[in-house]
Amino acid sequence: MINLIYLTVLLPLIGFLINGLFGRKIKNEKIIGTIGAASVGISFLIVLGAFIQTVALPVDQRSNTVELFTWLSVGGLNVKFAYLVDQLSLTMALIVTGVGFLIHVYSIGYMHGDKGFWRFFAYLNLFIFAMMNLILGDNFVVLFLGWEGVGLCSYLLIGFWYDRNFEKGTTSQAAKKAFVVNRIGDFGFLLGMFLIYMTFDSLNFKEVLSKATTFPVTEATFGLIAIFLFIGATGKSAQIPLFVWLPDAMAGPTPVSALIHAATMVTAGVYMVSRTSIIFASAPAVMMVVAVVGLLTAIMAASIGLVQNDIKKVLAYSTVSQLGYMFLAAGMGAFSASIFHVMTHAFFKALLFLGAGSVIHGMHDEQNIQKYGGLKKYMPKTYITFFVATLAIAGVPGLSGFFSKDEILWSAYANGGFIFWLVGMITAMMTAFYMFRLLSLTFYGNERFDHHHVHPHESPALMTIPLMILAFLSIVGGYIGLPKVFVGEHGNLFESWLEPIYEPAMHKLAHFGSHSHFEEIMLMAVSIALALSAIYFAIHVYNKKPQIAENVSAKFKGFYNLLLNKYFIDEAYEAVVVQPIQKGSDKLLWKYADVKIIDGAVNGLANLIEKLSGVIRKIQTGATHSYAVIMMVGIAAALFWLILSL
Amino acid sequence: MSTVPMEYYLVLSAFMFCVGVAGVLIRRNAIVVFMSIELMLNSANLTLVTFSSYLGNPIGQVFVFFVMTVAAAEAAVGLAIIIAIFRNKLTVNIDDINIFKW
Repeated sequence: MINLIYLTVLLPLIGFLINGLFGRKIKNEKIIGTIGAASVGISFLIVLGAFIQTVALPVDQRSNTVELFTWLSVGGLNVKFAYLVDQLSLTMALIVTGVGFLIHVYSIGYMHGDKGFWRFFAYLNLFIFAMMNLILGDNFVVLFLGWEGVGLCSYLLIGFWYDRNFEKGTTSQAAKKAFVVNRIGDFGFLLGMFLIYMTFDSLNFKEVLSKATTFPVTEATFGLIAIFLFIGATGKSAQIPLFVWLPDAMAGPTPVSALIHAATMVTAGVYMVSRTSIIFASAPAVMMVVAVVGLLTAIMAASIGLVQNDIKKVLAYSTVSQLGYMFLAAGMGAFSASIFHVMTHAFFKALLFLGAGSVIHGMHDEQNIQKYGGLKKYMPKTYITFFVATLAIAGVPGLSGFFSKDEILWSAYANGGFIFWLVGMITAMMTAFYMFRLLSLTFYGNERFDHHHVHPHESPALMTIPLMILAFLSIVGGYIGLPKVFVGEHGNLFESWLEPIYEPAMHKLAHFGSHSHFEEIMLMAVSIALALSAIYFAIHVYNKKPQIAENVSAKFKGFYNLLLNKYFIDEAYEAVVVQPIQKGSDKLLWKYADVKIIDGAVNGLANLIEKLSGVIRKIQTGATHSYAVIMMVGIAAALFWLILSL
Repeated sequence: MSTVPMEYYLVLSAFMFCVGVAGVLIRRNAIVVFMSIELMLNSANLTLVTFSSYLGNPIGQVFVFFVMTVAAAEAAVGLAIIIAIFRNKLTVNIDDINIFKW
């Protein structure tokens, strides 16, 4: 199965080609949906097979390369199109194909009747193709191929309903914003790649990572590479300062938000940091930057999420916030904790988005949670699964989110210090609060929608069954990564599984474990208590005494508006970056440089030639005799010259 | 046969050529111009034959056959063109045929 890993990339590509080229002709939604979902489903089975096979291998043989062909061979640069099958890529591949398959199935129900049904599945398959390249690539170039590919698919899918309006603009504007902001990050990533090639003379992961431990490279070089790579990660994974595109990405269909903008693509940055952990570990200053950026993103996005009224906006800011958590973990050197959170987050955030999609579906495209209420009895299956996911993200003990979040908070405390833990804890409280606010406003309380026009109904089984599977995973997903304090040094299956990947980095960091078990259990208890109190508070306010919320928002009106308007970051970027570029392009580059200089040069040359030829064309008299005379004189002269030169 | 010196032939040939050139340059009637061109070709043929005969090398004569063949083809095409022009413009005066002028 390991040797067949290329099929997991090929099958979605074939699905994309079939649906993309012939989908318009096929028309039948069942066939299109089956092709789309099956290609990902079979990929999942192959990845699962490869996973089982890898688990059976001894630890030191678990990293395998599947070479397909030589892609580029220019001078010293030799790039192979090869896939790296190891613990990290298998974990990510399982998440992407597994969650991806469920979302494909869900989409068959959700997109039913849409005129772009075939286009949607073609794009989704293309996305899986690109994402698998990103994850499985055995060098930076293949990773970059996937990296750009997922960016493209994200653009295509955000602007999927290109004829619809979104907030103040159109979905195409949101799509363009995502693409442009991502390109800024990609530029950083490219610079990082160039620098890696300059330093290590290779772009292959294994070679670079082994050279990184042995080569005499200065910390400044490592720092520069790491900061460039991290800029790339901030773009793709929506961190400060490039997070602004993700909330707007909600313009796309809800399954897209679930798959691309919550569960998989946005974790690409975390994966990349994790893959190059040794480079980051060699640059402690950048590790600190990663941790601080992650922490600030987490708390900022969570605070915005407190007051948003669009169900998808709340979840979008929640995603940004959780991604911040992952970077906090990575910055603290707890790479496996960050990947663990990627996994659990993929389960419960995909579930939340799909649940939100189910609600939106049942409420006829209404997304304002102030216009929901009391939906519990109309959509029991959606409610229960949504409730499970909310518990998981809020960090209620026993569910997956608790274990991963707790591990991150513990590493923040152990490696960063009390402040990191405190800010992380406040973020966790906010998360619990806004998620239960969302839950209360949507499913409990008075029915605030218009009964004449809106008739809430449960979604079809095609949509609810993926919800149930994800709910199951959100509950049990955490038990493969139980805290060491309970299960001993090797009891954390997830961490021991990924350990070989991070071994060189851990060797360099080596600052774990000077804290007592008592501290860890104490912190855990505190975080449970705070999360539960936040949950209680949210339910109390939004269920029983809504006036409290109004009083608070009236009392702190300035702050409330600041949060509601997302700290005016979009407006600030507009004023500081977008407007100057637009004005500069308009006034300087277009009306001066283009019109005056470039057009002027071209037109001037044309005018000059026209004037010259006006003089020269007089030679053409049209009288045959003059041509004959000139010819004669010419031949005579040539002959004379020939004879004289003899 | 060898009593006639080579120069005679060459001078005759040069004279014929000059007549041809003068005809091309001076006359206005397209058919006369055309005939003058034929004269130039024939003067060249004469030169070739002369040299061939005096130098005892048959290549010159072979060459003449080619020239004559091409000249025949050229005459046919040229006359056809002149007839076509005449049908369109009702004149063969080359001063009136200047439609390619700027």
